[in-house]
Amino acid sequence: MNILEPGYKKPVRGLAQRLHLDIPLLTGLLLLSAVGLVVLYSASGQNPDLLLRHAARLALGFGAMLIVAQVPPQRLQEAAPWAYGAALLMLAAVPLFGDQAKGAQRWLDLGVIRFQPSEMMKLALPLMLAYYLGGRRLPPSAGRVLVCGAMILIPVALIVKQPDLGTALLIIGAGLFVLLLSGLRWWIIGAGALLAAAAAPLWWHFLHDYQRERLLIFLNPGSDPLGAGYHITQSVIAIGSGGVFGKGWLNGTQSYLDFIPERTTDFVFAVYGEEFGLIGVLLLLTLFITVIARGLYIALRAPDHFTRLLAGSLALSFSLYLFVNIGMVSGLLPVVGVPLPFISYGGTALVTLMASFGMLMAIHTHPRKPV
Amino acid sequence: MDTRISEADRLRDYIRETRLLQNRALAAVAAVLLLAVAVLARLLYLQVFNQEHYLTLSQNNRISVVAIPPARGLIYDRNGVLLARNVPTFGLEVIPEQVADVEATLTRLSEVIAVSPADVKRFRRLLKQKRTTRGVLLRLRLSEEELARFAVNRPQFPGVDIVAGVTRDYPYQASAAHAVGYVGRISEEDLDQLGDSNYSGTQHIGKTGVEQAYEGVLHGRVGFEQVETNAQGQRVRVLQRTPARAGRNLYLNLDMRLQQLAEQELGDNRGAVVALEPATGAVLALVSQPGYDPNPFVNGIETGEYQALQSSLDQPLYNRALRGQYPPGSTIKPFVALAGLELGVTDAQRSTFCPGWFQLPGQERRYRDWKQEGHGVMDVTRAISESCDVYFYELAQRLGIDRMHNFLAQFGFGQKSAIDAPGELAGLLPSSAWKRKARNQSWFPGETVIAGIGQGYMLATPLQLAVAAATLANRGVRMPPRIVAAVEDPLTHTKITQSAAPLHVGPAVTVAHWDTVVAAMTEVMHGERGTARGSGAGAAYKIAGKTGTAQVFGLKQDEKYDKDRVPLRLRDHGLFIAFAPADHPRIAVAVVVENGGSGSGAAAPIARKLMDQYLLPSAP
Repeated sequence: MNILEPGYKKPVRGLAQRLHLDIPLLTGLLLLSAVGLVVLYSASGQNPDLLLRHAARLALGFGAMLIVAQVPPQRLQEAAPWAYGAALLMLAAVPLFGDQAKGAQRWLDLGVIRFQPSEMMKLALPLMLAYYLGGRRLPPSAGRVLVCGAMILIPVALIVKQPDLGTALLIIGAGLFVLLLSGLRWWIIGAGALLAAAAAPLWWHFLHDYQRERLLIFLNPGSDPLGAGYHITQSVIAIGSGGVFGKGWLNGTQSYLDFIPERTTDFVFAVYGEEFGLIGVLLLLTLFITVIARGLYIALRAPDHFTRLLAGSLALSFSLYLFVNIGMVSGLLPVVGVPLPFISYGGTALVTLMASFGMLMAIHTHPRKPV
Repeated sequence: MDTRISEADRLRDYIRETRLLQNRALAAVAAVLLLAVAVLARLLYLQVFNQEHYLTLSQNNRISVVAIPPARGLIYDRNGVLLARNVPTFGLEVIPEQVADVEATLTRLSEVIAVSPADVKRFRRLLKQKRTTRGVLLRLRLSEEELARFAVNRPQFPGVDIVAGVTRDYPYQASAAHAVGYVGRISEEDLDQLGDSNYSGTQHIGKTGVEQAYEGVLHGRVGFEQVETNAQGQRVRVLQRTPARAGRNLYLNLDMRLQQLAEQELGDNRGAVVALEPATGAVLALVSQPGYDPNPFVNGIETGEYQALQSSLDQPLYNRALRGQYPPGSTIKPFVALAGLELGVTDAQRSTFCPGWFQLPGQERRYRDWKQEGHGVMDVTRAISESCDVYFYELAQRLGIDRMHNFLAQFGFGQKSAIDAPGELAGLLPSSAWKRKARNQSWFPGETVIAGIGQGYMLATPLQLAVAAATLANRGVRMPPRIVAAVEDPLTHTKITQSAAPLHVGPAVTVAHWDTVVAAMTEVMHGERGTARGSGAGAAYKIAGKTGTAQVFGLKQDEKYDKDRVPLRLRDHGLFIAFAPADHPRIAVAVVVENGGSGSGAAAPIARKLMDQYLLPSAP
């Protein structure tokens, strides 16, 4: 029996199977978490409190993953429109009832819990699109692509207004991945890319001043090395000075002398690159790629279109975090506030991500219903 | 828009669609790998091909070299009295990067501590220059009270810090200020001149006096610290340290008891006193009155205060001892007499009749003696002790200006004394060659006549008068005056005595001629008709001296000088030179009292007090 064939059932059901855990994925995530703790210990200036809080977040994330993994993909599929609708409603409520923090309005206080609806949208949007496209003839027609475009752009517009460019970018990514994976015709892809490029001046118009500044700095990093370009200059120095073997754990001078900005959060990769060098970076990258590959493998082996699209989009979203963050820290991309998952300290994003890994595990471990 | 699931959607080629989706997923894998390769290429570029460049940048970030200024050497008098010291001081500096609103901070600060408009002005100037990346100095020398008040209010002033430093202090203030000098803030020109990293941490440099002349000894060697600093510029740890080598201490020849006595005796008079030890050239006292307090100069004197000092008629900043050029008047007579004796123009027995005036052959003009009725028959001894002008008119006329010039030059007239302090002037010892060169005129015989009594072109500084007196006391050996006696290593406390070689040995004068002149000078002090017998009376030792009076403005032919009719500042200067004990001289003194009236009345008593103080240990 071909294992790729729907309806194939593994002969043995161990503890992991019964808990709906995928061992390779879990191993990768645990290893990444461990590396994260090691790096954060150094990046935080050996602050045990911060480490404990991060460990607590990780535990919360793994908890969320475990819970989500128990939900059969069938239920996810049924809940998709409701989840999308609820997330959209809450996003719309943020400007009306949301809390301010650091000049941006992202949080919604529901009395019992306080959370970012944009995080919920990160999962709700791919769910919705996978549900919408998976149940219909593929590749999608141009009209349905437009519907999908609207489903993406409405929440994105709300998030950009908060403003939260990083999250908006990730959500656009998650949506586009579903579309791309659904077999979107290449001419549509090409036309879309051209349209986006042509609209560049329009994008510029909608950007905040600090976002424009970041873009300009990216295009000309040397223009203001002590001002706006300081972050990126210092993080590139940190990575470059690490060399092949790195300066050694706890020995990163750029890091502990405070030259790397946001060194426990968005720029943690600079600390890692400085202390562990190219060899460390290779190992970390391998680990990340393994996790992504496992996600895509799950997508390949998924039983139906919905799960295939969902799993692929989630795995690619995770890779987007990775490449945007490393690209930004190493000076390949403009500065966008995207953390490096598992390594960067804190963030609601981690819990969302772990929930997405829970979905991947659910897709892979729940018994498949025949088509 | 069609969102319902249509008939066409039900009729799907599921296998084909699955294959499409799987192909897309495989394409995604390829895309991810491609991106991974791109990231790797970037990291390879940074970490392998450009590692050295970035390593250098990170080192430059991390390490800064901080200069440690050496402690400046201290200055003591010959008895170990501290004249210049280093005192801890607390200033206030503002770190502009850490202050959101500098103006508002200045306003609020002025409610806590005194901030003068001058402080604000300097602060703004420094802010513009900003040589350092750290704080900018706002206030210096905070008082204890201000320090406490600021400490209490400190949380309100982020970016404002107390800086501890060391500043120069002169505990004796105006006393000996002209000799010791002062340090001041290093100016841009100073730095350009130094062009040397030895001053990289130093804020002060000697500006006048011993402080300037011995700058190289007092300053010491700068130290360096390699410091690891963090992004905020705070020091994290010291990586390497080369300690500074403190400057060496100076022991002066100056005797503060003598110095202060002289200052006290001059009182409100303007004038100068120089006391030397003839054998060594040691400067025992160097007074220029009025003095000034050097302390305000150390950290920048306020403009108003400086202008007051500058524009004062008394010219307190003017070092009369080194730079005041006075006609030597009758104090020149012993030297002219010696020239006459040695060059055979006269001898101890030869007499001249003084009718109260002198006339050159074939000329109308009468050169008056100060004593209108005349001195009568004068030999060289009486001519000195009674200060007969006519005798010296005639003697000078017979010597001629050039012989006189050459002889007197051997006593240091007309040239710098080579004292170890900056700024001295050379005075003027005229000659016919000089006049031709300087004035393009030939020398007139009448000018020789008045040169015989130290008038006319001739000018001497009080220091030169003291050097001449000391040379006379040494019987020809001229020593360079030395303010500094010894240099002391601050760590080992070993002292190296500064000794100087004589500048000139000679004139090879016949012993009898020395004796004649010294005896005549002793008569000035102790003889029945000596001009300074009032000041020589009752001395437990023999003094050799000579009074002098220098005209401030010229009298017309036959005009009589009347002290009471002349305005104060046009009155004659009183001069006096002396050494004692006459047979074994241990001290030589020159005193100039500006507008003092006469040497015997104003200057000689001061010299006597000094000699008593120096030679009689029990003297009060």
